[in-house]
Amino acid sequence: MTNDIPNIEGAVCAPPLAHEERIVMGHGAGGRMSHQLIRKVFMSAFQNSALNAGDDAALIQLDARQRLSVSVDAHVVEPLFFPGGDIGKLAVCGSVNDAAMLGATPLYLTAGFILEEGLPIETLRRVVESMRAAADEAGVQIIAGDTKVVQKGKADGLYITTTGVGVVREGVNISGANAKVGDAVILSGAIGDHGIAVLGARGELGFQSSLQSDVAPLNRLIAAALDASPNIHVLRDPTRGGLATTLNEIAAQSNVGVVLHESAIPVRAEVNAACEMLGFDALYVANEGKVVVIVPQEDAEKVLAAMKSAKYGEDSVIIGEVVAEPKARVLLKTVLGSTRVADMLAGEMLPRIC
Amino acid sequence: MKYVSEYRDAALVKNVIEEIRRTVTHPWTLMEICGGQTHSIVRHGIDQLLPPEIELVHGPGCPVCVTPLELIDKALSIASRPDVIFCSYGDMLRVPGSSRDLFSVKAQGGDVRVVYSPLDAVTLAQKNPDKQVVFFAIGFETTAPPNVMSVLQARRLGLKNFSILVSHVRVPPAIDAILSSPQNRVQGFLLAGHVNAVMGYWEYPSLAEKFKLPMVVTGFEPLDLVQGILQTVQLLEANQARVANAYQRAVTFEGLKPAQEAINTVFMECDRKWRGIGMIPMSGWGLRPEFDEFNAEKRFAVEAIHAEESPLCIAGQILQGLKKPHHCPAFGKQCTPESPLGATMVSSEGACAAYYRYGRAEELA
Repeated sequence: MTNDIPNIEGAVCAPPLAHEERIVMGHGAGGRMSHQLIRKVFMSAFQNSALNAGDDAALIQLDARQRLSVSVDAHVVEPLFFPGGDIGKLAVCGSVNDAAMLGATPLYLTAGFILEEGLPIETLRRVVESMRAAADEAGVQIIAGDTKVVQKGKADGLYITTTGVGVVREGVNISGANAKVGDAVILSGAIGDHGIAVLGARGELGFQSSLQSDVAPLNRLIAAALDASPNIHVLRDPTRGGLATTLNEIAAQSNVGVVLHESAIPVRAEVNAACEMLGFDALYVANEGKVVVIVPQEDAEKVLAAMKSAKYGEDSVIIGEVVAEPKARVLLKTVLGSTRVADMLAGEMLPRIC
Repeated sequence: MKYVSEYRDAALVKNVIEEIRRTVTHPWTLMEICGGQTHSIVRHGIDQLLPPEIELVHGPGCPVCVTPLELIDKALSIASRPDVIFCSYGDMLRVPGSSRDLFSVKAQGGDVRVVYSPLDAVTLAQKNPDKQVVFFAIGFETTAPPNVMSVLQARRLGLKNFSILVSHVRVPPAIDAILSSPQNRVQGFLLAGHVNAVMGYWEYPSLAEKFKLPMVVTGFEPLDLVQGILQTVQLLEANQARVANAYQRAVTFEGLKPAQEAINTVFMECDRKWRGIGMIPMSGWGLRPEFDEFNAEKRFAVEAIHAEESPLCIAGQILQGLKKPHHCPAFGKQCTPESPLGATMVSSEGACAAYYRYGRAEELA
């Protein structure tokens, strides 16, 4: 049989596919492909200092004291309603949280609706009611909107884009570029709930669970953390791409390394079970109501205590620390005591074959 | 998580590692045959915990990685047809063909869907009588039972619009090929426990005898893996060339007879090209002629498609355990999961992707 094996020097691969000609689904997954698209297409065209900062919201200096945060978030989700939330709640929380991640108090939102011909108005009413409830909870007002209708089949029910405007607290300086060696990394609770809840709600997995999306407005939780310490360096919500992708973004922006302790990262049993079955890793599954807080070690305990006594922060925990090397990398200390890299999500998260 | 966390218990794993340390007196090179095991080893960093005498090399057991280029090209051709709904396991979408991948076909309007089971594709065929539904049936022995069940189910339902594109491969001929290579370094095998759950391990004693080395049926969780390694090392140190079973909770000698019968009803052994390795005689399964009506290659007349790969990366050497992913000059530079040069980087079970995602910092430096 030996002779039938070709010379291994001839063993080869196919040429690379960079997907630079057309949009594929991986461009929307929040991982490295999304980043490359943003950098190559958007940033190169729009170049300005607020955009180039690369945070969840842009910061605008009005005068010596006043700073505004402005952010935008487009929402597409299937199904429109899922356990724990719906597209309306997502759209409000998305922009509220983007503002909060800069240490801003979100005040006003605008909302753009793209509606598909044939959408029941009752469905739209339910979504809008859910937006109002979420806005009330977050303490923001939706002050302007726009509506467009597209032909049946040209959209998936409805899409919502929200813009959020907030006022940045005085005395705070928060950015993904501010992580410092020695800082503690705090996570506000269990990861992966949103991604798995939405996947389960699509009904394609053949299993059911009681899992709820974690979608929530985090501005009050973050206000409590900032009340405990204005020295917080980084705030970011690990949405698409999950915790690992978010920490990789921060590590790259701050030019530091991050070490995580696998045993400290909370993951619910239902999320773990779904990930094991599908070949997913909870570190890459989306969250919509969690925040990563990076804070100087000496303030970590009081920030943690403040978060634990705030709504949506009850399960907060220190999961790791910022280190000098290796730069722009996230390392994971496994339960077994070994160390591995937790890289950024590449393209789309795909279920494994077996 | 019950039935999983017990097998990831750090203290139990450390005990077995200690036992391996006490047992080993020589350097040994072991190959884990299955990509799922490679993934688990790198994810949990098990190779870092082993004594330096033991080297693990990664085998060709990733069905996504070894699916030959021309089969991918055939899939792309079929998936591009307007009358077709093309169904696939998720990680096949990223595998590059000669010029495109299934993501590109989807972006250009092809109806490409990720399914979790081939039976979902059969259901799609029932629901879409005006469309041809094609399932990309790849895999080792593990996925053969569900894949053949889809054909049997489609025949039972009298479906005329369902077919499968088959690229099935089998472990024993691959082991024979690796061990027959003059460059072979492998001294013991961790057998792919999930393959053995279906097939049993009656096919392996003759291989162990022929090549005079031990083989141990091994599971996928950290404790399973270190148990498999321990038993292999014990056999090596005792100079015993035989097959042992370290995955008894899932595997019997005979395997699952009804599954094997279903496979034999629908499939027959055939020659198969392995991407990065080449033709291995009788190493695959294809549809029996009596199931021609479910054979997508015949239904869509793509049998004539041929493709040659251009020499760019060392996937073939990695798949044969001759090189490790970070030995490749392209690794992590020109070749990354979102822009893969080779199939081993594409699949989440591929050794390169596992190294890239879970690799140690020094290997990525």
